[in-house]
Amino acid sequence: MAAKTTVGVPRETALALYEKMLLTRLFEHRLDLMYKGGDILGGMLLGTGNEAVSVGATSTLSKGDIIAPTHRGIGAHFVKGETPRGMMLQILGRAEGGTRGRDNTQHQGSMELGVIGMISHLGATPTTAAGCALAFKIKKQNNVAMGFTGDGATSLGDFHETLNMASVMKLPFIMIIENNQWAYSTPPSKQYACAKLADRATSYGMPGFTIDGTDVELVYTTVRHAVDRARSGGGPTLIETITMRLRGHSAADGAPYVPKEMLEEWSKKHPVDLHKAKLIERGWLTEAESAALEDRITAEIEEAVEYAKRAPYPEGPTLLEGVYAD
Amino acid sequence: MAEQLITYVDAIRQALLEEMRRDENVFCMGEDIGAFGGAFKITKGLLEEFGEDRVIDSPICENAIIGLAVGASLCGMRPVVEMQFADFVSNGFNQIVNNAATTYYRWRQPVPMVIRLPSGGGLSAGPWHSQNNEAWFFHVPGLKIVAPSTTADAHGLLKSAIRDNNPVLYFENKYLYRREKDALPPEDNIVEIGKARIAREGSDATVVTYASMVQRSLEAAELLEKEGLEIEVIDLRSLLPWDRQSVLASAKKTSRILMVHEATKTGGIGAEIAASIAEEAFEYLDAPLRRVCSHDTPVPYAPPLEEFFMPSTEKIADALRSLCSY
Ligand SMILES: Cc1ncc(C[n+]2csc(CCOP(=O)(O)OP(=O)(O)O)c2C)c(N)n1
Ligand SMILES: [Mg+2]
Repeated sequence: MAAKTTVGVPRETALALYEKMLLTRLFEHRLDLMYKGGDILGGMLLGTGNEAVSVGATSTLSKGDIIAPTHRGIGAHFVKGETPRGMMLQILGRAEGGTRGRDNTQHQGSMELGVIGMISHLGATPTTAAGCALAFKIKKQNNVAMGFTGDGATSLGDFHETLNMASVMKLPFIMIIENNQWAYSTPPSKQYACAKLADRATSYGMPGFTIDGTDVELVYTTVRHAVDRARSGGGPTLIETITMRLRGHSAADGAPYVPKEMLEEWSKKHPVDLHKAKLIERGWLTEAESAALEDRITAEIEEAVEYAKRAPYPEGPTLLEGVYAD
Repeated sequence: MAEQLITYVDAIRQALLEEMRRDENVFCMGEDIGAFGGAFKITKGLLEEFGEDRVIDSPICENAIIGLAVGASLCGMRPVVEMQFADFVSNGFNQIVNNAATTYYRWRQPVPMVIRLPSGGGLSAGPWHSQNNEAWFFHVPGLKIVAPSTTADAHGLLKSAIRDNNPVLYFENKYLYRREKDALPPEDNIVEIGKARIAREGSDATVVTYASMVQRSLEAAELLEKEGLEIEVIDLRSLLPWDRQSVLASAKKTSRILMVHEATKTGGIGAEIAASIAEEAFEYLDAPLRRVCSHDTPVPYAPPLEEFFMPSTEKIADALRSLCSY
């Protein structure tokens, strides 16, 4: 049936998903150029190949819902309302950025937008998201919380402890695994011995699904279902999305350990390209419209770059401000 | 024949190679340390020589990596485990401070193991790829802590740590990795744990320091030499136990003490040493003890903040001037 993956994804939603994925892709492409040009200090991690998961899953949420994105989740921030300018200010460590130059990369958080500012320690902040879910339950607030984790980070105790506790307490919580088949240089065969990571859901007593993470509509509909379930008191769900990390682990990593054929094969399945082809096939988008959208987004990104580059760093002596809340 | 120069990084690898060749019970374990050679390429080539049983790629789970190392050491192995960054050792805290550190005291079973901790800032790497978290462990009886500043000590202290019958935390400084270069140390280069090194002799004041701050302190001493002041610089090398005898002797000799470390000030190593000098050599002092350390905040990302945060040659020189004119 032709409509198989479009169930529950109306045209507007499908187009909104495309716009946010395209923004993510173009923004990250710009970051890559900036890194190569020496504009970004320290490390830089990009989510190329992950756009359908970060954007698709986050797009199922409503105002007041909370996410804990990963280090590849720039798209999730955008869906939650972060602007290209805000993201650029943060990544360049400017005083006006989300962490006021205190922290690097996309580590900013905002309870107003519903985003937990991640720490680098893998596995830690999905647990925090489950804590938000606990608060929603206690306060009888009709919201859900969503944690994102890589395949590698599922090996941490945090993952197991959190899912067990969320299930025991029937928390309105969804855990999304971004299985991009690599954790730095480590492949799944050295990370876990179960067939699918979602199989673990059984042991926690919750539903688990493994889906194609390059298909944004499939991600959207599957996660949507879990979100509805959580919101209506049904408890947590574990969803594993299969993708591929289409770049090195960080900008400094040439990833010599990734087989060339694997990269070639998965590069043909870039989630943004796949979605665009579908939209065009359905007559929901024309090449001209897509090009116009790309121009508009590119202009917005360029404005963000210009603005953020001119914006000042925080001054040294402000270091001591903000260690404690008033 | 030209003397062969090697870096601090290569000295660490050299020590691992020599100890693994010497003792078949020595093995390495950590994230991405096998074929990939680790995030900093320190274990590069070890897999080829020693095979997968002794150069073990682990899943991402610092708690289990350290916990398994404790268990393996009970059975006669001498594990050397790598944290990808020192910052992530917090995930294994319980195994270190409550299990490894107390085992010998409680039931007389030695726990010979080494945890390698790539640490330190000054590289615009943000709050969790920059920490100097040695003081978290300094409070724990049963642990040993070393922090080499030179290529020769990086080599000799790692060899001693591997041969020691106690859990040793080996803090290796990322800033020094490729900046420190020296002659290839001889294979019998064993640096005794607990012995400081007089990095420079002087009579007007003593800087007690370690790791990345040794070089900065030597630079400050050189500046002050031009101003007619003779500064002694003690490189502690071992932090737990630290070399009381050398430090007290120098305090009695120069009567002026400056403690310098890159870790934050409150509750740092310098505080304990200052207290000990005040207790045991008070009547020899001509000036109050001073400390130059990082400020009490998380390690910030933006360059002006990080510069303000960390000690520098100038900050050390200024403190020495004021100390000497007291
Ligand atoms: C607790 C902890 N250990 C190690 C690291 C270093 N590290 C950063 S990302 C990464 C790989 C993560 O793999 P995965 O969870 O699959 O996410 P991906 O990067 O593939 O998106 C590692 C080992 C870390 N950040 N936190
Ligand atoms: Mg991964």
